[in-house]
Amino acid sequence: MLFGFEWDLSSPATYAASILPILLIGMWVTIQATVIGFAVALALGLIWAVLKAAPFRVISWPASLMTEFIRDTPLLVQLFFLYYVLPEYGIVLPAFMTGTLALGIQYSAYTSEVYRAGIEAVAKDQHEAARALNLSASRTFTHIVVPQAVPRIVPAMGNYLVSIMKDVPVLSVVTVLEMLNVAKIVGDRTFNYLVPLSMVGGLYLVMTLVASAGVRLLDGWLPKQGIPLK
Amino acid sequence: MQLTDYIEPLMQGAWVTVQLTLYSTVLGAVLAFASGIGKLSRHRTINAICVAYIELFRGTSLLVQLFWLYFALPLAGSAIGIDLRLPPVLAGVLALSLNIGAYGAEVVRGAIASVHPDQREAARALNFTERQTLWDIVIPQAIPEMMPPFGNLAVQNLKDTALVSLISLGDLTFRAEQIRNYTQDSTTIYSMLLAMYFGMALVLTVLMRGLERYVTRWRRARS
Repeated sequence: MLFGFEWDLSSPATYAASILPILLIGMWVTIQATVIGFAVALALGLIWAVLKAAPFRVISWPASLMTEFIRDTPLLVQLFFLYYVLPEYGIVLPAFMTGTLALGIQYSAYTSEVYRAGIEAVAKDQHEAARALNLSASRTFTHIVVPQAVPRIVPAMGNYLVSIMKDVPVLSVVTVLEMLNVAKIVGDRTFNYLVPLSMVGGLYLVMTLVASAGVRLLDGWLPKQGIPLK
Repeated sequence: MQLTDYIEPLMQGAWVTVQLTLYSTVLGAVLAFASGIGKLSRHRTINAICVAYIELFRGTSLLVQLFWLYFALPLAGSAIGIDLRLPPVLAGVLALSLNIGAYGAEVVRGAIASVHPDQREAARALNFTERQTLWDIVIPQAIPEMMPPFGNLAVQNLKDTALVSLISLGDLTFRAEQIRNYTQDSTTIYSMLLAMYFGMALVLTVLMRGLERYVTRWRRARS
């Protein structure tokens, strides 16, 4: 029994059917962690991108070093660092929050590159044309650069959303009860790992296929030339 | 325990991490080429197997794959009467290389597809067989295209090796966890751990750049 759910071990099929509701609870936690982690990654990545584009070396250089460092160290170790070191300095967060924060920090290093690449991909002519039309720098950015950069940024961000989803099981090491952790506990209790772990694999395939299809749909819906202004 | 006492066990762990990265990257590269080329095959069975492999391992989480190979595979084996209990090292290397191989396969496929079609037509006009066209014309030109993404995948693989500590393999992260459990000195241990992974990733990046220069030397020689 787990969370008040009973399981029926009489055959693999009944076993699978009886643990599906528990796994779906775990799946909901996985989805929540994915969404929050992705939101953190988007916000923090934007901050990194702005800092890295700063005209002063004293700002841009440490930001570049920091994102490089985040990118080159494992999520698991960053998670351990946040989970065990922060409380020593008085910052005690619940495991779920620490986990999603770690996911967000890890992927912010990747998303910052997406922002940078998306903005730099806007053709130089566009800047020159905006200048010829006497638009101010801020107006050029918000009305010329951003609408053209967004369609380039969205598909890459979508890929990172799927990557974050696949990294959520790492959070199980700090006791977050996401899908893999639930399956592992069910396996520990029943001594049958084959069914729950295979089900997690199958459910993951469904989740990533749905997420990638969603991203592709969004990508197809966005106008390639840029979002038209009114 | 002194700070200097940490260094020896951490170095032992780092050596395991280096070996794991090396084996799984090499095996992953072989898998990437095999399934990347297989995905472009017109042979229906080969194509189906390669597509299924790539989708399965790109579509699920590495940790799920690792746990499945380590915890679930022995049960699947005993159900059909074969002993499939893998030692942690084997399960770790297999999971890492199968995973990175599936990502690499897309890189290989993309690089081969990016070779200009004129090259194939010219090879055909010169009466090259399909096999010769692939191995002597297309792949040599595709390899330089693959190198930058392969470099990223190698670093990704190095980072992913940290997960094998969860199936009790004595890699760098596992050793650090042991020391932390013993000393409770989280800040020092994890800072050292992060720094060591960063250092290894930098070395790996430099090595991959070197490899990239080596395989693209014919391009510079001509220009």
